[in-house]
Amino acid sequence: MSLRVEGLTVRYGEVTALDGLSVHVAAGEVTGLVGMNGAGKSTLFGAIMGTVPISSGRILLDDEEPARARRRGAIGYVPQGEAIDTSFPVSVADVVMMGRYGHQGLTRRPRPADRRAVAEAIERVELEDLAHRPIGALSGGQRRRAFVARGLAQGASTLLLDEPFAGVDKRSEALLVGVLRELAADGCTVLVSTHDLHALPELAHSAVLLRRRLLFHGPVVEALEPAMLARAFGLDPLTRQEAGR
Amino acid sequence: MNPLDLLTEPLQYDFMLRALAATSLAAVVCALLSCWLVLIGWSLMGDAVSHAVLPGVVLSYALGLPFALGAIVFGILAVVLIGAVRDSRRVAEDAAIGIVFTTLFALGLVLISVTPSHTDLGHILFGSVLGVSRGDLVQIALLAAIVLVLLLMRRRDLTLYAFDPTHARAIGLSPRRLGALLLGLLAVTAVVALQVVGVILVVAMLIIPGATARLLTDRFSRMLLIAPTFSVAASAAGILLSYWLDAASGGLIVLVQGTLYALVHLFAPRYGLLARHRVWRGDGSEGSVSSGAASSADGSAATGSSETTGFSETTGVAVPTERQAPPVSDAQIASVAERPSGTAPLDPTSDTSSASENSGPSRTSSSAPTTMP
Repeated sequence: MSLRVEGLTVRYGEVTALDGLSVHVAAGEVTGLVGMNGAGKSTLFGAIMGTVPISSGRILLDDEEPARARRRGAIGYVPQGEAIDTSFPVSVADVVMMGRYGHQGLTRRPRPADRRAVAEAIERVELEDLAHRPIGALSGGQRRRAFVARGLAQGASTLLLDEPFAGVDKRSEALLVGVLRELAADGCTVLVSTHDLHALPELAHSAVLLRRRLLFHGPVVEALEPAMLARAFGLDPLTRQEAGR
Repeated sequence: MNPLDLLTEPLQYDFMLRALAATSLAAVVCALLSCWLVLIGWSLMGDAVSHAVLPGVVLSYALGLPFALGAIVFGILAVVLIGAVRDSRRVAEDAAIGIVFTTLFALGLVLISVTPSHTDLGHILFGSVLGVSRGDLVQIALLAAIVLVLLLMRRRDLTLYAFDPTHARAIGLSPRRLGALLLGLLAVTAVVALQVVGVILVVAMLIIPGATARLLTDRFSRMLLIAPTFSVAASAAGILLSYWLDAASGGLIVLVQGTLYALVHLFAPRYGLLARHRVWRGDGSEGSVSSGAASSADGSAATGSSETTGFSETTGVAVPTERQAPPVSDAQIASVAERPSGTAPLDPTSDTSSASENSGPSRTSSSAPTTMP
């Protein structure tokens, strides 16, 4: 399912967080969403998730409004590390089962198919041994894997990940990169917001540079050109050279 | 005297049986609801709604309506008003709650003082469980049943709402509606408990059982068993004590709950003060949760520290350090509309001024851009 953003503008009062953003994120690819804090990465996710009011423009997932896609369970979301309440008394298996709620009846009673899906998802992120641990007892990387497993169990065709590699150990990072690439190969749209540039080449097929508006969308190698990055992160290349001398 | 008489003698009286039944019902629904309230952090909200129903109760008495009706209307009114005051954005949520519930409570007090005197202020404020009539009990049972069924049917969604409202939204649920459901149930529950312990102490039954259960388990499903059991036992003990001591029943119910909470706080196997003290001193054989986490971590720190050094340590990275250097300084001073991220891999190694190359914060000095042109 591809993600199409057309002329998206989001304002918080006086502040314009996104200004006429148009971008088409292809299905079957991992796309990196790169920009500094305040560039609008979280705002874009919020607009897709419906937590942020859109001032103008629209978002389409395969010609479908996000609200409808959400109701079908088509959008999976992996929150930022610090957005997770680690003191909450739920286990890894509980969290992953939450991905199945959209497939279940009103009381969300798990069926055998749900249990299978949960077990498979947990296996895929290699957390079998920790499935019944409270999520507060996991490391940052393991916790992120649990939330990705939730997206897998959900069967989402679009997966949004907000800074998934912040505070994550190398093993978890490598594992997550592998899983996300597999998902993309299966035809999913995977959008990963990050300002962790060193992981980008292995992770993403293409990159979107964001600074309240679209700066660049294309191959990762080109996105990582110094001039391009300087624009994304708000540094005039000329000034920098002068400072270097 | 046979010790069993301590139990059986009070139970010879119908009013004691009714009191026990009403107390147990209230204890169960309050305890179940409290599991969510303490996890979301809505204790103050519980306090607010239970106080705000007072004018509704008084009006219902005056008009001869079932008092639950007025209470629910005012409970919902309180929630709406709190939302309205909070949305003005100049007032924080706790202040909004404080303004609304005290005003509504005051309205209730004024109404009591001007309505004909068959509504007894003391009974509403402090409960009158020993005076519960058959009709009252039926009403309590009915409301308790409604809350119980809704809570248990929707328990997984409510837990999801408490834990991760964004995911609730992601799968097409409405967090707003789930929150409203919980608040509506809170208003009804306040009514159920009002007769037992009175408006002022309802909040105790809405917080203590859930908080106690949380100290005893790491599984939410077990909290839903522990909290009601704890609450019913404590409340029944409170009622019996009030019979033998001839003291305030509402006060004793809450006193017993509070005392039991204190014991759990001290002696809970994992989260009790003593257990933690043993872990600190290092002679506890059972590790705490956090020490378990450390041993199960993939051999790496769980915080962003590995990220900040990652740039320079990682070999074969496509982005050399000199390319990362420029983004840094402006990321710091950028006007920020998004929530500032706590873990910023592109960390302060400000490079625009020539003097700063070696003076970065010590945390990131290992990745300082020494390869700057």
